[in-house]
Amino acid sequence: MSLRSALAAVMFGLALVAAACQPAATPTQPAAGPTTTPVTPAQQLSGEIKIDGSSTVYPISEAVAEEFQKAHPNVKVVVGISGTGGGFKKFCAGETDISDASRPIKTSEMEACQKNGIEFIELPVAYDALSVVVNPQNDWVACITVADLKKMWEPDAQGKITRWNQVNPQWPDAPLSLFGPGTDSGTFDYFTEAIVGKEDASRGDYTASEDDNVLVQGVANDKYALGYFGLAYYLENQDKLKALAIDNGKGCVPPSEQTVRDGTYQPLSRPLFIYVNRKAADRPEVEAFIRFYLTQGPALAKQVGYIPLPDTVYQLALQRFEARKVGSVFKGGPQVGVSIEDLLKAEQ
Amino acid sequence: MERRRRRELLGRIFEGIALAAILFGLLVLFLLLLDVARRGLGVLSWSFFTSYPSRFPEQAGIRSALLGTLWVMALTALFSVPLGVAAAIYLEEYAPRNRVTRLIELNINNLAGVPSIIYGLLGLELFVRGMRLERSILAGALTLSLLILPILITASREALRAVPMGLREAAFALGATRWQVIRHQVLPVAFPGILTGMILALSRAIGETAPLITIGALTFVAFDPKSPFDKFTVLPIQIFNWVSRPQAGFHARAAGAILVLLAVLLAMNSLAIYLRNRLQRRHQW
Repeated sequence: MSLRSALAAVMFGLALVAAACQPAATPTQPAAGPTTTPVTPAQQLSGEIKIDGSSTVYPISEAVAEEFQKAHPNVKVVVGISGTGGGFKKFCAGETDISDASRPIKTSEMEACQKNGIEFIELPVAYDALSVVVNPQNDWVACITVADLKKMWEPDAQGKITRWNQVNPQWPDAPLSLFGPGTDSGTFDYFTEAIVGKEDASRGDYTASEDDNVLVQGVANDKYALGYFGLAYYLENQDKLKALAIDNGKGCVPPSEQTVRDGTYQPLSRPLFIYVNRKAADRPEVEAFIRFYLTQGPALAKQVGYIPLPDTVYQLALQRFEARKVGSVFKGGPQVGVSIEDLLKAEQ
Repeated sequence: MERRRRRELLGRIFEGIALAAILFGLLVLFLLLLDVARRGLGVLSWSFFTSYPSRFPEQAGIRSALLGTLWVMALTALFSVPLGVAAAIYLEEYAPRNRVTRLIELNINNLAGVPSIIYGLLGLELFVRGMRLERSILAGALTLSLLILPILITASREALRAVPMGLREAAFALGATRWQVIRHQVLPVAFPGILTGMILALSRAIGETAPLITIGALTFVAFDPKSPFDKFTVLPIQIFNWVSRPQAGFHARAAGAILVLLAVLLAMNSLAIYLRNRLQRRHQW
């Protein structure tokens, strides 16, 4: 066998593998009935919608994209995960149409967008709650105050607060093992802002992981552990974890759909957002997608473990979108304890 | 006598250590495979291959990720193999031995050790933004080609260097030109070794996630990539996403996707090994 035929064989083999793995043409799923009220008929919409950003918002955007594509088979919706910050970098460079964000856009990011002439429409899409969890064998704490959480997590605690009874003398004299997300995470940003009072201010000597499942395992296997992460991870692992109620000075409030929706689970509920490129918003397929997102999104968000916003907020957001109102209602940072409804109303 | 027994004992101890080392590696590999097979075999079904990603774990499939991986690997091989082999031929057969070539060699060896995410950043600026390829299969394949070129060049050079000098000299003595010597004598003999380098390099590329995420490869793609300019996702990215989801159903899908990735890798490697064995039999002195 000569070199040429050998090379040809390799190339042919690769092509063969590629061809064999091309699944038999399965017809694209027919649209599952008229699920929405698009302005243009479904079959006329085509094009590509590029979404990127937060991994926390990803499951919602994925669910909306999945359903939207069933209704509009000619529109290609793609969703990436670059993190909230990474997503804004691409969004403000004009590379994406929609950016998923688990926190409001920062001042520096707004400036980057402005420099490139990118205007955006800010739309809240769901609530996420951060849950503070302990091991199920932990029988000494069921409710924790924000002050105690601060004592555990603030930068000054580093190397000093290492035992449970240092936080509260009634708790056992046992090691305190802390688990939390890494510093790149939007969850970390929000928790530090809400509990410590200053964004990104945290002790560094805790077990950090960007993968929340690692944190779940960590807390589930250590009787003296305490950790925090998104509510969806607690809801999927209720047999292995115990969620603490949070006392923000108004009594103990456990995390649940109801307490998040009625605004009593504070300060650890946060809204999630999508940011839409103002120019892209005029493309019919993007316009239809956003309307779909704000009408079908609440039910879909619930299916993937998030908590829908109050109905009035979706109406306000839809109005905001139809009016193409650009800019952020936040002042360049997360605002703890402020209802998103009030912020949107104040803008009207 | 006493010294001899000690020497033999030492020899046996070393053999034991070496055996333990290989057994340890095999054991860990075996346990990993067993674990992933235990979790993932259950989800392997026809619909797992033909479905797009979904928010419902039981409906989610790897269709777009598998096609993306095959596209990216085919293009990566197409770009990197000719380039890598040609570069190795130049360095081994043509280049004069001087400080410049030594500098080039040193740099190639260093490049092989650069973290893959750096190649991702390079690919983002060069291919995605500079050449305006956007987040296409082509941009991904070019980035991965850069990533594995140093490995390919180094391995191909080793293979070329292993060809006995006498073979070249005999051909030259018969009046063959340098190209004829390379084409008819050196390359056929070195080819099995070059194939081994290809296996190693492509095996590295197929598992890479970081550089592809950096250039903006996607996670949710619900259409088949049809041209090198299409947006794409690959199996490692899909696995990474499923592993980090809260629902246990997605974790099983991730294990299933790992099995598929392993199968693709093994298929690729066995093809290369088959070719290598055929060629090796022909070139025995």
